[in-house]
Amino acid sequence: MNGTENVAKAPPSSQGNGGRWLWLLPPFLLLAAIVGWLFATDQFANLSRGAPPIENLTIERSVLEDGRMSFLVRAGGSEAMAIAQVQVDAAYWQFVQDPMGTLERGQTAWISIPYPWVLGESHTVKFVTNTGATFEAVIAAAVPTPTATAGQLRSQTLIGAVVGILPVTVGLMFYPALRNVGRQGMTFLLALTVGLLAFLFVDTLEAAFELAGAAAALFQGPVLVLSAAAAGFLCLTAIGRRSGTPQGAALAFYIALGIGLHNFGEGLAIGAAFATGLAGLGTFLVVGFAVHNITEGIGIAAPILKVRPPLRTFVALALIAGGPAVLGIWIGSMAFSPQWAALFLGIGAGAILQVILEVSLYLVRSSLSGASVLISPVSLSGFFSGMIFMYVTAAAVKI
Amino acid sequence: MLRSWFRFDPGRRRFFSLVAAAVGGAAWAAGNASGQTSHGDHAQQETPPTNAASAIMGDHQIAHGGMITVGEVDNARNGFDPDALLTDWDGGIVEILPDGMTLRTFEVEVEDKEIEIAPGVFFPAWTYNGRVPGPSLRAKEGERLRIIFRNFGSHQHSMHFHGIHAARMDGVPGAGMVEPGGEFVYEFDAKPFGCHLYHCHAFPLTRHMHKGMYGAFIIDPDPALHPEHEEVARSRLLGTPENAKWQEMMMVMNGFDTNFDGENEFYAANTIAHCYAKKPIRVSRNMPVRIYLINVTEFDPINSFHLHANFFDYFDQGTTLTPTLKTVDLIMQCQAQRGILEFHFRDHEPGLYMFHAHQSELAELGWMGMFDVVEDVT
Ligand SMILES: [Cu+2]
Repeated sequence: MNGTENVAKAPPSSQGNGGRWLWLLPPFLLLAAIVGWLFATDQFANLSRGAPPIENLTIERSVLEDGRMSFLVRAGGSEAMAIAQVQVDAAYWQFVQDPMGTLERGQTAWISIPYPWVLGESHTVKFVTNTGATFEAVIAAAVPTPTATAGQLRSQTLIGAVVGILPVTVGLMFYPALRNVGRQGMTFLLALTVGLLAFLFVDTLEAAFELAGAAAALFQGPVLVLSAAAAGFLCLTAIGRRSGTPQGAALAFYIALGIGLHNFGEGLAIGAAFATGLAGLGTFLVVGFAVHNITEGIGIAAPILKVRPPLRTFVALALIAGGPAVLGIWIGSMAFSPQWAALFLGIGAGAILQVILEVSLYLVRSSLSGASVLISPVSLSGFFSGMIFMYVTAAAVKI
Repeated sequence: MLRSWFRFDPGRRRFFSLVAAAVGGAAWAAGNASGQTSHGDHAQQETPPTNAASAIMGDHQIAHGGMITVGEVDNARNGFDPDALLTDWDGGIVEILPDGMTLRTFEVEVEDKEIEIAPGVFFPAWTYNGRVPGPSLRAKEGERLRIIFRNFGSHQHSMHFHGIHAARMDGVPGAGMVEPGGEFVYEFDAKPFGCHLYHCHAFPLTRHMHKGMYGAFIIDPDPALHPEHEEVARSRLLGTPENAKWQEMMMVMNGFDTNFDGENEFYAANTIAHCYAKKPIRVSRNMPVRIYLINVTEFDPINSFHLHANFFDYFDQGTTLTPTLKTVDLIMQCQAQRGILEFHFRDHEPGLYMFHAHQSELAELGWMGMFDVVEDVT
């Protein structure tokens, strides 16, 4: 029986094998014939007759140096395009393109303009293509692009620590107090964690879509974000479930990781604000995010209340949850291209969703009443307390 | 939380590349794969070009501090040269009628044509005789004019002349509006003398004007009819020895809205942005200058002309032989307003003298040029 199956599955002779591969040929031949016919008879031209090419130009980065502005632009749209002229503040201006010539679809080039920009003032740059279409880049407040000095790196790291690591640490310091909360208190805290994570999930996803919208069309922003979120969710679930369902310290680490990816996004926002010279806004964001992130520390502490982990675990948790804020500020201050930021935030959203799932399952497992604990008054009040707290503290930093 | 701050922020690439390597090699590889295929060296791609832009600037461009369009327009492809547009008057074909009257016949054909209005920028124009502005029709006061108008364009068009004529000849719907493939002959007497214009009067008017359907229509005074200012009239009349002593030129101030947002991206006199800045108009300091100036700029309520280091006399609409404004260096014109400017550089040292719209925005978007004053134009 077994032997017969084997024979049927894999014929021993190489000739038979070749014959099998031969059967792959007809579908490919048919496909090639159809594609060939479509092109040979110019069917596509009939479809697009009279429709002008749709042009699109995305400005991914801008760099301001003394007496010079440079922009990294990416050609989108349906066909290759050419930048014919460049306006700065409604005046045509000399520019240098590198590489020169027509931009193929998806290709990038640096446009460099010798221009006496004014510190702290707004400048508008318009790229005029050979068909006369215009694409605009606005510099809200001109400041020299930060240079990578050691001092700058130090202060960015410090700000990152204040925004990310410090508040999470403060949150974790509630640990001793939280240990005495009892079963109901524990349920409340876990539900609170889910509530605040639910808020962060929506917020992170929204920011990811926002950035994806600013990226070139060919990156297909929404699909990019959702794919990244799905990948983040599935990969973390797979890793987390290798040794059974996570709980205790393992669960705390997953919460920390999800929150960390979210804090990366907060770091980006702060870095970008400082880089564009909006120092007041940057400071405001630092304070706002810092206060808001204390809750995250409490959420991380919730699943380890019973396990009494060593001190280094707390240090590691604080670094995982808060550290990415530092990274975010570094990258944000250098104006990372929007599609990559969207990608990271998408992964972050997936990670947060995964944590929501694990914390909820943990809550169910550790409860006597099973799944119905999720809709118990204590859980719901915890969930909504988390949501409301995040909503209110986030409102403080929204503009 | 990122919102608008993120859009167009300054960045720093060299430092960025360090961090990016730490953050994610995958994103890095994707960036490499998706863009810049013609640019193998990725490190170079991560750095904006630092070569001096002045390397590609000519002397005149440097005079503008880099504030100018880049490159040259292919005049041969366009089929017209802005330098030639200044002086190529179209006198038509002249014959004497049995009653002794002069009949002047012009032929004008409409053609849809893509023209290059600034280096590398192409505009789908509607043209009279393949050029924008259309031919500068020039006649003498009192002549019988016959304009044979053929429409080879894709829309209905007409020629509406500023001047005096019968209602049947007005070039509005029902009076000389010509369907594609059609023909119409406008006929009327040349009056009053002056600096006039013609344009298409099909609707929507804005679209037809903005597409390039306009041109100069100059009627020179008949000296015999103006004994009190005969000398002045003779100097205006093309072909007389007195007229030959003048350096005459035609400038039609226009603009182009290339992205259809109701605002012009390019401004010029005679269509090509910055053309007379890149190739200054040579004038002799020994002869007076006369400019027939016409404003057809669409979307902006007024345009203007300002001359550097000099003053001129202005004849509003050109319908008088004495100036309507004396010793001014700036005039403004509403759309379809026009006039004659007269000035000279005889007391000036040779050199470049700028002229431009004194709405700085219009000047910086292309409507700026220079006179290159020399001892003698050869
Ligand atoms: Cu028309």
